[in-house]
Amino acid sequence: MLSIRNIVKQYANHRALDHVSIEIEKGCIFGLLGPNGAGKTSLIRIINQITAPDEGEIWLNGEKLNPSHISKIGYLPEERGLYKKMEIGEQMLYLAQLKGMSRAEAIKRSRYWFEKMGMESWWKKKVEDLSKGMQQKVQFVATIVHNPELIILDEPFSGFDPVNVEIITQEILELNRQGATIIFSTHRMESVEQLCDNIALINKSHKILDGRVRDIKNSYRNNTYHIEYNGQSLNLEGSDSIFEVLHQSEQEEGNEITLKLKELKNSNDALAYLLPRVHVMQMTEVVPSIHDIFIQQVTNLN
Amino acid sequence: MNKILLIIKREYFSRVRKKSFLLMTFLVPGLIIGMYALIFFLLAKGDDKQKNIEVLDQSGIFAGKLQNKKNIFFQYANDSYEGAKKELPKSTADFLLYIPKDYPANQNIEIISEKKPGISLIGDIETQMETVLQNKRLVEAGIDTSILNQAKDRVNISAKQLTQEGEKDASIGATFVIGFICAFLIYISLLIYGTQVMRGVIEEKTNRIIEVIISSVKPFQLMLGKIIGIGMVGLTQFLLWIVLSLGLSTIAGNVFLKTDMAKNQIEQVQHTKDKQVKSPDKAQLFAEISKAAGTVDYVYVLGTFLFYFLGGYLIYSALFAAVGSAVDNETETQQFMLPITLPLIFSFIIGMNFIVNNPDSPISFWLSIIPLTSPVAMMIRIPYGVPTWELILSMTLLVGGFLFTTWVASRIYRVGILMYGKKTSYKELAKWLMYKE
Repeated sequence: MLSIRNIVKQYANHRALDHVSIEIEKGCIFGLLGPNGAGKTSLIRIINQITAPDEGEIWLNGEKLNPSHISKIGYLPEERGLYKKMEIGEQMLYLAQLKGMSRAEAIKRSRYWFEKMGMESWWKKKVEDLSKGMQQKVQFVATIVHNPELIILDEPFSGFDPVNVEIITQEILELNRQGATIIFSTHRMESVEQLCDNIALINKSHKILDGRVRDIKNSYRNNTYHIEYNGQSLNLEGSDSIFEVLHQSEQEEGNEITLKLKELKNSNDALAYLLPRVHVMQMTEVVPSIHDIFIQQVTNLN
Repeated sequence: MNKILLIIKREYFSRVRKKSFLLMTFLVPGLIIGMYALIFFLLAKGDDKQKNIEVLDQSGIFAGKLQNKKNIFFQYANDSYEGAKKELPKSTADFLLYIPKDYPANQNIEIISEKKPGISLIGDIETQMETVLQNKRLVEAGIDTSILNQAKDRVNISAKQLTQEGEKDASIGATFVIGFICAFLIYISLLIYGTQVMRGVIEEKTNRIIEVIISSVKPFQLMLGKIIGIGMVGLTQFLLWIVLSLGLSTIAGNVFLKTDMAKNQIEQVQHTKDKQVKSPDKAQLFAEISKAAGTVDYVYVLGTFLFYFLGGYLIYSALFAAVGSAVDNETETQQFMLPITLPLIFSFIIGMNFIVNNPDSPISFWLSIIPLTSPVAMMIRIPYGVPTWELILSMTLLVGGFLFTTWVASRIYRVGILMYGKKTSYKELAKWLMYKE
């Protein structure tokens, strides 16, 4: 749906994006991940046509990005803001109309969302009279009120309280089920790891990794398992051919061992070795988090 | 285009619906009219506390010759200087005017009192004494003062201007007043509405809504919509002011005329000789004012006023918008405000002091041609009559200036609105100007 091709964005004394290419499929939840200052917001601003790239182009639904696409994109910027002294209802209509909706349609959609989020009584209120949490809801509704096909959320959960995070996550998932494509941009990678189908990692203006979360994780699995067991003083004699012990601790609270399988061995081999010796309580595969993968990738590159 | 319209509508209605707009619109003219009414009233009323002056004229020149006026009464004494001075606190007189025996030789005239006499009182007495002395000398020289008095006339020059349609009454007074009012209105409103544009830009920036908005519209559209919207607020305010002041002055005029006529009738019944002479005087003055006001071509003045207000407003508000975009809050605007307001203040001060007196001088010409100063400078010249080619040149340059400043401002604006927490320098602004899209 969204095709980012070879984007370069040069500022006066630094390059924010250096030949970045990303493909985002229709209907997926995409995570644009990377530390602060990596170039995420620059890329998002280019997708939103707030700034233009120095090189490269962006295609949306098979068309080169142009002003007619504005109405198809909903954008929640990292820096949140609304007109403090304007009535919320009016404000919602204004923002929806700026996105190209007719007034009648804007009223209908705003009413629908106000009802859905339990904000009906706020229509005539001003933003400055609302609490922070309420403002966040209003901001979210303002982002999606015009039925965008592509929803871009920059640091979506920063500043949101846990209750709102849950509400808004559910709404986002529902919008996604109805066909909207979602882009999450965040430096807190663990916060969206479970939500995203696909991700791209950006560091220092370069894309360093992208793909399906499952595939990425699979490729970074290294046959490491974590096992909790009962039973005293596990003697690891003869285990060398099956696995390598990375970590072992025997304490009152419980005993645990982290091990890495040797090549051509699987978890059953390890279990077969352990079962006669101790009482295995739990066995889990140690899968690296996106954050770990990111760190690993960055150190590899360096 | 549709989006600019939306922005204009928001900017316009969000301001017009505010209570402060109504307050400004209705209170300001009221306050100004009230202030002038008060000044007028105080001036007309003057100092009407009666002052008694005891004249101790040892020279004998002035005895009986100083005339009582509205609030000055003279009485004559024959005391010694010391005695009169001692008696003063007890007597009914407030002041003691002492003229020494050998007066013209000895210039030591004194006025003695417990409280300080006002300048106007002393001035009054001095003029009277001068007249008395003058008359005395004239009589001594054998000249009949009554003939001299007859020869005194009130002089009233009526200015006539030669135009193509023939001779026209050119009333300098009315011209001055109208030029002044127009220039002042333009000066004040450019500052007021220019700052409003700047505040609006800063508000959007500090509210951080700017990014939401410019993901929907182009920065240039937002800036233009804001400028036009606020400009229309200004026009609305002018329109209301014109309607209000026309209404008020009609009412006030009616009331004033009626009371005046009633007064005249009473006065005539009283047969006060002095006042009877005064009344026709007043009527004549009124007629002169309305005649003078009639010589001004209002449609022409109003038309040029609107043009120069709009042109000036568009130039200055674009610059103000650029300033607003470059800063994070209002306190930081100072360093950029000065160079913008300077030409405005400069043209206003020069206009009030120089152009008014020399409407056709080269300086006046140049100031009314250069776009940044022309709105104020040209408005002062307009009522005096400006050659058509100068007007066309000035207007063309104003439009050109507006297009140029808007272009410059929009280039700074589009970069500035996305810059947070950065102290901006002029060098930085120049760099923004050169940025590509």
